[in-house]
Amino acid sequence: MNKSLERLYNGIVKENPTLVLMLGMCPTLAVTTSAINGLGMGLTTTVVLALSNMIISLLRRIIPDRVRIPAFIVIIASFVTIVELLLEGFIPALYSALGLYIPLIVVNCIILGRAESYAYKNPVIPSFFDGLGMGLGFTMSLTMIGLLRELIGAGEIFGFHVMPSGYEPVRIFVMAPGAFFVLACLVAIQNKIKIEGEKKGKDMSKVGSGCSHDCMACGEAGCSARKFYDDTASVKAAEKEAVATEDQKAEEEVNANE
Amino acid sequence: MSNLIMIALGSALVSNVVLSQFLGLCPFLGVSKKTETAAGMGAAIIFVITLASLVAAVLYKFVLDPLGLDYLKTIVFILVIAALVQFVEMFLKKAMPSLYEALGVYLPLITTNCAVLGVALNNVQASYNIIESVVNGFATALGFTIAIIILAGIREKIEYNDVPQPFQGMPIVLVTAGLMAIAFCGFSGLL
Repeated sequence: MNKSLERLYNGIVKENPTLVLMLGMCPTLAVTTSAINGLGMGLTTTVVLALSNMIISLLRRIIPDRVRIPAFIVIIASFVTIVELLLEGFIPALYSALGLYIPLIVVNCIILGRAESYAYKNPVIPSFFDGLGMGLGFTMSLTMIGLLRELIGAGEIFGFHVMPSGYEPVRIFVMAPGAFFVLACLVAIQNKIKIEGEKKGKDMSKVGSGCSHDCMACGEAGCSARKFYDDTASVKAAEKEAVATEDQKAEEEVNANE
Repeated sequence: MSNLIMIALGSALVSNVVLSQFLGLCPFLGVSKKTETAAGMGAAIIFVITLASLVAAVLYKFVLDPLGLDYLKTIVFILVIAALVQFVEMFLKKAMPSLYEALGVYLPLITTNCAVLGVALNNVQASYNIIESVVNGFATALGFTIAIIILAGIREKIEYNDVPQPFQGMPIVLVTAGLMAIAFCGFSGLL
């Protein structure tokens, strides 16, 4: 039980996918025009994340290592389709508000990332709670960003007017550019915390290790840099080659010095 | 014909794929340090998205729609796109090494890019026919290329500026992208 609680805490606070790991930025920016949309998107992702983590963990001994990425994608896409149909049937308002971004949950880095880095290696119950925790962390941050944008951009919270009548809403915050500005401020705050933390000598390597930094240098699981078929063998060969050439260079240098 | 031009203008400029729909944000932020790499990424995206919208549209029209398998489109599209990118990579490596040199490193980065899947699904949602889908795909990717090259150009200049420490790196790029998004809002009167 403690393990499950630890996973929940890990997902919501310690490794919050949006605020700490900076994963899944596309939906974060696109759907947070209001708090309710952020909440809806977050909960939808949570359901997919928890269930797909559970199934992948159940099947982890059956799925062959080489084709695990396509297998993950099929499992995730199935759950996304189920959730999409349910939303269309039961909550049509949310379905039309989120639109294209529901099927795009499939390519959300968080889900593939958790499948690869946690669910594929751990038992069923912790995996489920890991998904749940990550999902709730995602929901929380999405709702918060939505709340902020709605408050500044429309003077409302969950659709209720809260600002005094003299307040002129800054419309740009509910439009596309506002999303970039809000995210910029969030990352800046995170950078600030990271710099302070490093000054105090804390380990900050986890913070901001998402894929928003440099795609070309990124080997992060679940990132778009991932190959469909895992080419671990060829990657290892390339690494070996690199090491070999370095050795050669070092040798040449030694020779030159002599 | 005017219909096609409207679709192209609409998806390249008015509802730009990154600046107003937030699709393909990862490569947009991650591969925009230099203008050359940005142009390479743009070319690879144009190539893959155009091809993927063609394949997805053909598949939808002749397989999924007639069989009533509409609900399987997400699963089918993502698998087909991922396999297609891998296949294209292998094909280019063997058949056109020079093109592979230019685009090769970028191809694996686009395998599960949300822009590719987004365009394919968008084409179905807007019930475009095959030609319209291809035009829409090409124009969307062109819009991405325009945006990423402009951003890369600005980033090369930002290098020389004195940015406050917490805003160095990603935040200042995001602010730049936000300002670009405001500029692109100006296109909304175009249609």
